[in-house]
Order: sequence, then C-alpha cells, then structure tokens
Amino acid sequence: MSPPQTNPENDQGEDRNESATDAQIMSSDIDLSSNDRMTRTPSPEGNRPPLPPRPNTLSLLNDEAASRTPSLQAEATTAVSRTDIGTQSPDGGNASPSAYSSLAVRGLSRGLKARASLSQLTSPKSSDAGDSASIRSSVQNGDIGDVEAMFMDFVNTTPAGPADTTSLLHFPEFPADDVNDEEFLSEFDPIGELDEQAGNEDLFLQRWKAKQKHFLILSAAGKPIWTRHGDSGLISTYVGVIQTIISFYEDADDRLRGFSTGDTRFVILTHGSLHLVAISRMMESDYQLRLQLEALYMQILSTLTLPSLTHLFSVRPSTDLKRPLQGSETLLSSLADSFTRGSPSTLLSSLECLKVRKVHRQTINNALLKTKAPKLLYGLVVASGRLVSVIRPKKHSLHPGDLQLLFNMVFEADGVKAGGGESWIPVCLPGFNSSGYLYMYVSFLDLRDEIEGHEDISKDESVAIVLISPDKESFFEMQEMRNSLVEQLRKNGSLKVIKSAVDQGRPLTTDIVPRTVLRHFLYKSRANVQFTMSSYAPEFTSVSRRRRLMSVYNNLHASIHAKNTHVKVHHCVSRSATSFAWVTPVFELYCIAEPSANRNALVQSASKIAQWVQQEEERLFIIGGAVF
Amino acid sequence: MSESAGANAPKPSSSVKLVLLGEAAVGKSSLVLRFVNNDFQENKEPTIGAAFLTQKCSLPTRTIKFEIWDTAGQERFASLAPMYYRNAQAALVVYDVTKPSSLTKAKHWVAELQRQASPGIVIALVGNKLDLTNDGGDSSAAAAAEAESEPTSGEGEDNAAGEGEEQDTASGDSRKVSTREASSYADEEGLLFFETSAKTGANVVDVFTAIANAIPESSLKTGRGGAGTGQTALGGRSGDDSRVNLGDRNAATAKEGCAC
Repeated sequence: MSPPQTNPENDQGEDRNESATDAQIMSSDIDLSSNDRMTRTPSPEGNRPPLPPRPNTLSLLNDEAASRTPSLQAEATTAVSRTDIGTQSPDGGNASPSAYSSLAVRGLSRGLKARASLSQLTSPKSSDAGDSASIRSSVQNGDIGDVEAMFMDFVNTTPAGPADTTSLLHFPEFPADDVNDEEFLSEFDPIGELDEQAGNEDLFLQRWKAKQKHFLILSAAGKPIWTRHGDSGLISTYVGVIQTIISFYEDADDRLRGFSTGDTRFVILTHGSLHLVAISRMMESDYQLRLQLEALYMQILSTLTLPSLTHLFSVRPSTDLKRPLQGSETLLSSLADSFTRGSPSTLLSSLECLKVRKVHRQTINNALLKTKAPKLLYGLVVASGRLVSVIRPKKHSLHPGDLQLLFNMVFEADGVKAGGGESWIPVCLPGFNSSGYLYMYVSFLDLRDEIEGHEDISKDESVAIVLISPDKESFFEMQEMRNSLVEQLRKNGSLKVIKSAVDQGRPLTTDIVPRTVLRHFLYKSRANVQFTMSSYAPEFTSVSRRRRLMSVYNNLHASIHAKNTHVKVHHCVSRSATSFAWVTPVFELYCIAEPSANRNALVQSASKIAQWVQQEEERLFIIGGAVF
Repeated sequence: MSESAGANAPKPSSSVKLVLLGEAAVGKSSLVLRFVNNDFQENKEPTIGAAFLTQKCSLPTRTIKFEIWDTAGQERFASLAPMYYRNAQAALVVYDVTKPSSLTKAKHWVAELQRQASPGIVIALVGNKLDLTNDGGDSSAAAAAEAESEPTSGEGEDNAAGEGEEQDTASGDSRKVSTREASSYADEEGLLFFETSAKTGANVVDVFTAIANAIPESSLKTGRGGAGTGQTALGGRSGDDSRVNLGDRNAATAKEGCAC
C-alpha cells in the first residue's frame, strides 16, 4: 500500500526531474497536482501554469490529487522509460500541430478553468463533500489510497508512442456517409473455411484483404497462434512475412514498434515469445492500437496465466499455442470486434457504471456485504455491461483491464450466457495477479420476472451476478450467496431499480443541457478510473456512425495526450464535426458537435456537462465501493 | 409428471449429480440444453469452465432431480474435471459419431472415471451428432442400444451403421464411428450406450431417463426438505466425502443417506 501522502519536497523534486526530462502529458499532470498542493503548502518556486484560485471547498479535490500522487509517481517512472522507447521510434516529435492548436485555444482554456471552478462552487458540493467525507472518515487516514484505488489505472494513461502523423495533421475525415452499415458489418463476417479442393483460396484472400482491420498473434518462432480473420492456412504466408520483418529488426537489437504502408498502419507489440500485430486502416493511433493489443495479451494471460505461458515457451520455443488456447478464440475475437466497433472503455482505460441514486447503490452494496460468503474475493453486480455495485477486500483494488476481460467474457462472448445455467469459470485476472487462477461464478438474472410484460431481454439488458473466489471448490458457497443476495435485492426493490435504470439508458446531451450543440460526450473521472457518456441515440446508433464517432474520439484523445504537449483544451473543426477535448487533473472531457457549431456555445455546453457530472458524481460513479 | 399430484401422495424425489465429459465440440452443452430447455443453438460458442444446470426427470415411482455439471472439453480444463466427477452418481461421456478421435478421448474419460470416481457411478457412453449420419434422417431408425437390452435392436442398428459406412461419400453420411464399435466397447465396460442428436432431439431424453432408472434405489436419498443441504457440494463437504470414500465401496451409498 502506498503512503497516504508523500513528502512535498520529494514531490517537487520529482516534478523538477520530470520537467527536466522530456516531459510528457503525464508529467504535466503531476505539475498540476503539485500546483493544487501548492495552494495548501505554499512554496513559491517553480513556474506553474496559471490557475484560478480555488475555493476552500475544493480541498477535497486537492486531497484527491495529492494522495493520488504516489501512484502517479509510480506511473511516471514507467513514463520515463516509455519516453526512452518513444525516441527510438522513427517518427518522433510530430506533436507540434496539436501543440500549436493548444496555443490557439489557450485563452479559451483559461476562461473554461474559471468557469469550471465556479461550477464546482455552485454545485451542491457541500452535500457531496459530506458524503464522500463519510466514506473517508470511516476509513483511516492511511487507507485513503485504498478508497480511491478501487480501480487502479494500471494501464498508463500516457500515450506510449508518438501519435500518428496522419491523424494529427489531417483530422480523419471519413468521406461523408460513404461507410454504410452493411459495408461495415461485413467487417465481422467470417471469411469461410479454406477448402483446397474447391480452390476458393483466391476468393477468401480477397475477402481477407478487404477487412479494415486485422489482429494477428504469432509466436517468436513464427507459428501463427490466432488471427481475427481467416485461418492459419490462409494467412500463413503473411505471418511468415511479418515474422521476417519483426526478426530483421530484432537481430539489429532495434525492436520494431510499427510501420505504415499507404493508409494502413501496422503496430507490433512483443511480450516474451509472443508477437501481437494490429493492422488497421481505421486511422487509429499507435497508442490506441497498442492498448488493444495489450488487452488481447491480457486475454491470453487470463486464459493461461503468465507462468504457464512462459513455461510453455521455455520448454519448447516452437510450442503451438493454439492448442492450449483452444476454446478461448471467441473471447479474443469478441474483444477484437469490440475494438473495431469502437470501445470508449478501452480508449479511456476505464469503465462505465450504471447510473443509480446513491441510496440505491448503498442498498445494493449493503446487500452484498450482508450476504458475503467467507471465501468471496470480489463480488459484482453488472447490468448491461455496466457496473452496478462492487464489493472487494480492503487491500485489493480492481483493475479496469481485468474488468474489461470479465465483461467481455460475460456479456460479449456468448459462451457463458448460452450455457443456460450458472457458470463456474477458472480465470486469471492479470491485473490482480498474473500467476494464478481465480474462480468466477456467473449467474444471469431474469428480470422479466420482476417487471411483467417484457419481451425478450437482449444481451444488452441482462443483469449478471459475478462472484469471484480464490477457492476452486467454493461453487456452492457462491451459489448460496447469489441466492440470498438476489432474494435481498428482490425484497428491497433493488432489482426494480436496476431494471428501470437499464431501461432508462444513458441520457441525451439535450437532457443535460437543453438545446445544446453537443451531440455526444465522453467524460472520464480520473480519480475513479471510470467514465460516463451520453446516449448514442439519436445520431450514433448505427454501427458505422458509432465507429466514426469513436474515430473522432480516438483522434481527439491522441491529440490531447500527444507527447511533448501540455494541452489542456483542444478544439478541432473538421468538415464532419467539431470536436473538443478538455483535460484537467480531475477529469477528461471529450465532446462532439456539429461542424458549424459556435465555439462559445460549445465551450458553454462542455462546461455545463462537467458541472452536471460533478453534481451527479455519486450516481454516475462508484466511489470507493463496498469494502470488507 | 402428468398425473395430478394432489390426489396421490407425492412421489419421492431425489437429486442425482451428473457430470458430462468428452472432447471439445462433441455437443455436450447442446445435449444438456436440449434436455433442460428443449432448445438447440447452431454454432454454439464453446463452454468456458463449467456450467451448472438442473432438470427434473419423472419416473413412475419417483422424481429425479438432475444436478448437471456441463464441463468444457478443452484440454486445459481437464485438470479441473475431478472436482466435477467427484461424488457424481452419473456421468455422460460424449463423443462425436463423425470424429473417431473423440471416441478415443471418451475411452480415456471412461477409464479415468472407473479409476477415480465414486465406485457406484453410472456411466453412459453417448455418440452425438446422429443428424449428420444417414440414421439421423428419421428418428425411428435412430440407433438406441442400451448395453443391457441388446440383441435384436443391436443387430438392426449394426446393419444400418454398416450401410452408412459404405455409402459414406456417396450420400453425404459423415459417420466415422460405427455403432457396432462403440456399443461393443460400451458392453465390455458395462456402460449404457446411446446415439443421439441434440439437433433433432433424437434419444436425448432417453439417455437421461435411462440413467435415472439405472441409479440404484439405495444410492438415492430423498431430496425433500433437504434441497439446500447440497449433498453434491463441491467444497464444504469434500472433507466428509473423501473420508467416506476411503472406506469400503458400499459406503458410497451410505454416504448419500447420511448427508441429510
């Protein structure tokens, strides 16, 4: 556990070091938080960026930033090494365009800052503060780290490499509406099975090449392990080529991280004896593709555990990993497809919670605590892929990456749901501990019983109880807990609450800010490692529109997190959309508006969104969660 | 249970722990889904870990509540299997009639069960995907040979299977494992034997009914009033169970009695 507060002097030392080195956005975060601290522990040195004076009611926020510093420090060390790696890569220093744009909106940013702090003042922060204070006060001073570390941001939020040149210089313009749904959906169609007699290889290769995005996993020895499209027979020649290219650079002791041909970007991630390759024509940044490859790697670890993976390859470098991974291909594929469709959760390395009233969440938390089985490690209630409630031991946080794997397994891949019963699944949560298995009990609730007259509940609306235990023999214990938990939830009306929250869905931007120019937003709460967003309806419901929306977000994210920039506000106008990103130590807000949207109106709306989220914070996010 | 339960005294009911084993993709989950939900999904995703389902089976004299462990067939889950077949009173070892290697795997499972599972365990060998063979076309001709019942029916099926093999490529019959081969193996080992199609439903319920009938009365405990006692618990009771298992073979039946 990290100490609750570090010596401010040390911190400043860190900060100086950071700014001395080739500082990234991460280090600018640290600067900011240290600034916040400086308002409390005055220390004149250092040239801090201008910040409006903050009212005292914000001391909570300051606390958060301050006590978060230890984890940031830990991350900063990795950031430094990443910088080193980054400089090795060929196209460094492309971030200038976005730095330029940040300059352009610098004044704007100041205005926003002031507004934001005002909004924080006017929002019913006092009651919120009381609430969080009650959480805090129940936990000893030394445990503040635990409370906020319910989710640990173990995936560094700093972009690993320099952002893609093309994406920064030319904001991605999908030629207006030329991607229709059918075309995009064919992205997920199977290639078909290779049949040598039928001589259909050419056709299949054609189909294979038509895909916008590929993921390949191969072993260092050049054995294909998994591919999203096609089978190993079809792609073996390409795998051979990729393997040759990768090992060419490896021989030169210069690890290949990525390259481009035409509009196609190749990104390579190497972990031990595994090469993971993403090939994308969807204008994603290296950082995003790398995050996606990391998630696929985590899925492999989750299936095999790190020691057994290492063992397999150390015993026989030419091991065919296809066999041990058998049956988990669908998990990899559904992960890959969620990336191709566009996943805010992966982009922001955080997860989404179901919005319910704080008292309701408290009731569910209490039911979890009350029914907790002795051998329980984590207990989760998840509705339509969004977290409703979580119970965890005081000393263990949950990693968003792990939860992403769980949610993918439970909600996206059909293997669990289609089983029709309760499931008992050995799973390794690499963020928690990559060396062993935990056992996961999953049961889906049929909410149709609760509210009558409802037609079939789709995958999106299902509610699952997920109970995780370190003991593989504890199925019946978990089952018993599930039964009493569901009984409790039914008795105290929580199931109805969950159902209606799921039915209500996400809010429209116009629900939050009437007549706003904003059409969609993503908001990430940094301390909670959670995000919230507006409904995809009405404009982004179709798969292809949603994909384009995510592309805009991807680029917004890439720009504002680009290396060597200290951008806090980024405003970008393109032919198809106006986009706007705003990053503070507390949150990251990304929003999209009409191309013609007025900048002031946009900024005003963004500020109102931030204000709204702060008001609704304890409904939108799980803060602390139930701890035992 | 078609007769009104109100008039008669309710039939005694007991739970039976049943485990499904077999190579990946032979149709274990599909068999269970057909039995439990009378449902079939084409291209079902592989099971991850294991699924737990229950279904009642009504016999003339009693009701059996099956507590079914549907295990994943992949190699990497094999080490978890003992957890599921420990204390099981019945096992379904499934192979795919179109895939000879799956019968080999099934034989391994049978051997392991005979070596390690409860001594009184009832094992059924089930060849699934009968719909892919010529026998599968009409279910009246579908092969159903209970090892014990044999001769007349057995011969008929063997012939049918023989024909099937000859016509293999010509008629699109994908059968690769003859009924004769599997059933004679089942005979040798004293297993129940069925060929089924989870897709058409042929013989699926029959398998479970036959198992229910084959469970010795003495090994059943009445489940009434003790639904929550969980005599099939994986965990908490494992201590008791292993203790009992150390005793003589007949103790396996006594154990069930003392669990309530």
